[in-house]
Amino acid sequence: MTEASESLKTTPLHSLHLELKGKMVPFAGYDMPVQYPLGILKEHQHTRAKAGLFDVSHMGQVRLTGEDPAAALESLVPGDIKGLARGRMRYTLFLNEQGGILDDLMVTNAGDHLFLVVNAARKDHDVAHMRERLKGKAEVELLDDLALMAFQGPEAAAVLGRFIPEAATMKFMSYLPATFNGIPAIITRSGYTGEDGYEISCDKSDAETIARALLAEDEVEAIGLGARDSLRLEAGLCLYGHDIDETTTPVEAGLEWALSKRRREEGGFPGHAIIKDQLANGAPRRRVGLQPDGRQPAREHTDVCDADGHKIGEVTSGGFGPTASAPVAMGYVDRAHAAVGTPVQLMVRGKPLAAKVAAMPFVPQRYYRG
Amino acid sequence: MTIKYTKDHEWVRVEGDIGTVGVSDHAQHQLGDVVFVELPDVGRQLAQGKEAAVVESVKAASDVFAPVSGEVIEANADLENDPSLVNAGAETTGWFFKLRLSNPSELDGLMDEAAYKAFVEGQA
Repeated sequence: MTEASESLKTTPLHSLHLELKGKMVPFAGYDMPVQYPLGILKEHQHTRAKAGLFDVSHMGQVRLTGEDPAAALESLVPGDIKGLARGRMRYTLFLNEQGGILDDLMVTNAGDHLFLVVNAARKDHDVAHMRERLKGKAEVELLDDLALMAFQGPEAAAVLGRFIPEAATMKFMSYLPATFNGIPAIITRSGYTGEDGYEISCDKSDAETIARALLAEDEVEAIGLGARDSLRLEAGLCLYGHDIDETTTPVEAGLEWALSKRRREEGGFPGHAIIKDQLANGAPRRRVGLQPDGRQPAREHTDVCDADGHKIGEVTSGGFGPTASAPVAMGYVDRAHAAVGTPVQLMVRGKPLAAKVAAMPFVPQRYYRG
Repeated sequence: MTIKYTKDHEWVRVEGDIGTVGVSDHAQHQLGDVVFVELPDVGRQLAQGKEAAVVESVKAASDVFAPVSGEVIEANADLENDPSLVNAGAETTGWFFKLRLSNPSELDGLMDEAAYKAFVEGQA
């Protein structure tokens, strides 16, 4: 068993991961389970078939308060935050002045505050960024005393409903303060797998109790970060630092749906001029799905070439999709080659691998629509 | 018949001047579910310790090195259709390729089964 090295942080579920014989690896400064004895392939399939519990306590949970935190946050992101009804949530992006993506995040209108969930590797950056840019307009509190679990899969609603009946019928992308066997918890119907599911936020001292209660249900398995990655890749969802970063704009990344209509017109967020131009005239490159012919996966940083062998882009995430039962990848290509069906070559270990630009997601998303 | 192991967790089983090569059961456990194996072409000359094949799990690609030098005479076609054979039978049906040894004395530098077992336990 791997012991956490002194430089790595641990989550409130660390001892449970060790007890479950999780294979621990460093991730974003934390000692995290990449898989359990079930293995990535079966953990992935189990999540798509039943329900999987993921520890995502390494992610940053942030509370934004002030006179009008929604107006303040809108100065940093292109989403419609002011229009977010109480109890509803939205995916948005911190942008830089070039329209590059500093992080992607979830924002919930929790009534008297905004509740944000940001990436683990970016939470210190994001908190510093907000404190600097929102000074005098909003108070930024990193909620270090909270744990976060993702509970995903087609059986997740039925299982969570045994503990919190209202959870079974709550809307997709909504928020519910609840109690789980008497323990206070914040539930959102959201996730990162393409399946129906939830994220559960609670005090770190209560996390193991909730995790054990869910894992005791027949439908539920503990799922590691390896399957989290293959699930989100099949669902066509971006991983920050790989598929999106400071050099990619939301238009290049195909995230126009995160650019709210009012904000596109009004602006008032960093990089608006560049993004407005790209929305009107197209971006020089696009994030696309890539489907290799055959069984061989193409990994991150694989060059993408046109039929003549000229480099037109690069794979940013790639692997094997257990549900697609085929290799799947995404990456950026020049706009001229971005149409679905365009034949390309992926240069895997010096040899061209035939592939096509493919529509994403690779497996249908199955979010709860009520 | 001799079976020998490398520190990179390949095995080679030798009959006459023909060696059958694969990855150890310990290695397949570490790799996890194998989804693709890239095998060397028949006729390729492999040098000991150099890249010979690639094994891909859901998560990552890993190099497989030639435990001994020689010319590839057969690749395991069954792995193309069912790469999970590497998990099911790493040291039997999940073999990678066969080669004709060009320098059998290289075997002397490899570990026998007992030594490999001790090596793996020492790594844990």
